[in-house]
Amino acid sequence: MSWRWGDRLALAAAWAAGISLCAIAAAIVLYMGYRGIQYLRPSLIFSRPQASLTQAGSGGFLDPLLGTMLLTVIGIVLALPLALASAAWIAEYGRPSWLARIVESSIEIVAGTPDIVIAIFGLAVFQTRLLAPFSFTAEGGGVFGLSFFAAGTMMSLLALPPIYAATRDGLQAVPGHQREAAFALGKTRITTIRRILIPSVRSNIATGTTLGISRIIGSTAIVLLLLGTSRIEPQGAFPGINVLRGTGSSLTSYIYENSPAGEGGAPQKAYAAAFLLLIFVLVLNLIVDRIGRAQANATGLSPIGAVV
Amino acid sequence: MSLLVGIVVVAIVVFVATKSWPLFQHNGLSWLLGGGDLEAEINKMTAATTKPAASVFHLRAWPLIYGTLLTSGIAVVLGMVIAVLSSVFIVELAPARVSRIVIPMVRLLASVPSVIYGLIGILVLVPFVGNHIITTHEKVSVENVVQLTGAGLLVTVVVLTVMITPIMIALICEALGSVPPSWREGAVALGLNPLRAVRAVTLPAIRPAIIAAAVLASARALGEAVMIEMVSGGKFFSPKPIDGTVFLFEPLRTLASAIVDLRDGIDAPALKAAVYGFALLLLFSAFALSVTGYLVKLPLRKYQTRG
Repeated sequence: MSWRWGDRLALAAAWAAGISLCAIAAAIVLYMGYRGIQYLRPSLIFSRPQASLTQAGSGGFLDPLLGTMLLTVIGIVLALPLALASAAWIAEYGRPSWLARIVESSIEIVAGTPDIVIAIFGLAVFQTRLLAPFSFTAEGGGVFGLSFFAAGTMMSLLALPPIYAATRDGLQAVPGHQREAAFALGKTRITTIRRILIPSVRSNIATGTTLGISRIIGSTAIVLLLLGTSRIEPQGAFPGINVLRGTGSSLTSYIYENSPAGEGGAPQKAYAAAFLLLIFVLVLNLIVDRIGRAQANATGLSPIGAVV
Repeated sequence: MSLLVGIVVVAIVVFVATKSWPLFQHNGLSWLLGGGDLEAEINKMTAATTKPAASVFHLRAWPLIYGTLLTSGIAVVLGMVIAVLSSVFIVELAPARVSRIVIPMVRLLASVPSVIYGLIGILVLVPFVGNHIITTHEKVSVENVVQLTGAGLLVTVVVLTVMITPIMIALICEALGSVPPSWREGAVALGLNPLRAVRAVTLPAIRPAIIAAAVLASARALGEAVMIEMVSGGKFFSPKPIDGTVFLFEPLRTLASAIVDLRDGIDAPALKAAVYGFALLLLFSAFALSVTGYLVKLPLRKYQTRG
């Protein structure tokens, strides 16, 4: 077999492309790790941000960290039931088929909508009078549409497609005899779904949820438009609910605000927060990988299709 | 409950469309064209906080559309070349041990949040380009028009390419995996070397998937807002190819990054209409692209053995 020059060149290019992607990924992690170790201090994590002109006086990012967690919880709590119900309906009922097609394409449209558009849609929705109780409201009655609830609701739209897709694929892969066995034992369709099918696709749901979480913690646009970049400012009297109605920030908006693109100009703190965020993302990646590998071992399917 | 998702989609379109209505009322579709001073128009909109006169709504947003098309277009073309090469590398060429390392790395690139890409872009790449790659001569040559800091087309395209390539790789790898191995084996048995076999048999077979990957990646590139706002220089400016190498360093702004930039002034009625107009345009482009992606992928169905 002879290798012509053109072939050798193409072979070299393919190797170069693959290796350089690895190099870029490694460079990002190593560089962020270096900066993170340089600037991340426990005191940054456990102190609240302060309004200050100097970097030393501006405090840490406890509030953004809590904000990220709160947004994740709200987003997942809202997205999970919706995604599971949709997936179960599509996979197990799916009639009438025109309706199923509408639902499928709607979820695909939501998945393809840029998060900046989802954010600005959220702003339009939560600035309406009707939904004013759910968000930050000025003394004069102006509705700003900024709150944890508003941002979290929009976050659930980000998390919905991956959870839905993973669950649906899992349900479609469940062999038919499991359903038939359940029906033969006199279980109704709903019970079968609840007791047999959903538990058997638990690992798919976990994968989808993890992907959803990493989309939520990485989203900046929604936080910038719907939550702001401030400390957690509760709104109203009821504890708990007042936080949901109030404004705050997340790690992503903190990074943006403290980078030269924002106002703060505290790149060291941006680096520290970005390092923390990257660690979260890495851990979530690892979880997805683990679940995928366990599943591949159990079913003997190669995980090649699940590169991302 | 599934119906709720459909309602949400309708609500997105309705809300965004109604909010942008004044823009269409005053400009028709001609706000998509060029020929005005975009920065002056936006400033006028921002300043008019109450009861704006009809003239305030005047907008010619072509620079933003041009910026969006330019960055996404270049990034997708570059990314497609890299993605095809590295997918072939991962699936066909690399030893199993190597691809076991490459796959998680690519997945990692896909999951790094855009704000981290933006941070690295603005704190590492922009100063590097500004200090070492742009010559003083180039800075002086355009200093009356625009300041070259390093933030601009080049950095935006580089970072955007890194962001969208993993998406394409995922889709292309999936398609490569679904091509029956016997086809390639047949080609190899006929005396083609593995690389030629890939080029002659496998790649033509998955051409629809490659195009679909490019289409979906451009949808992603269009909507990227925060990263671009951070590294593109944030100016209402259109880079001009006529400027030679300086073209690569000129700042720009895209539809999505303009929304991020203008978010604070959004209570001004005219500006609000304009920003929702941008969002509507993005929404329809993304929608059109995902329909296109679906349509080009249809012929691929016949190769699929499962799923």
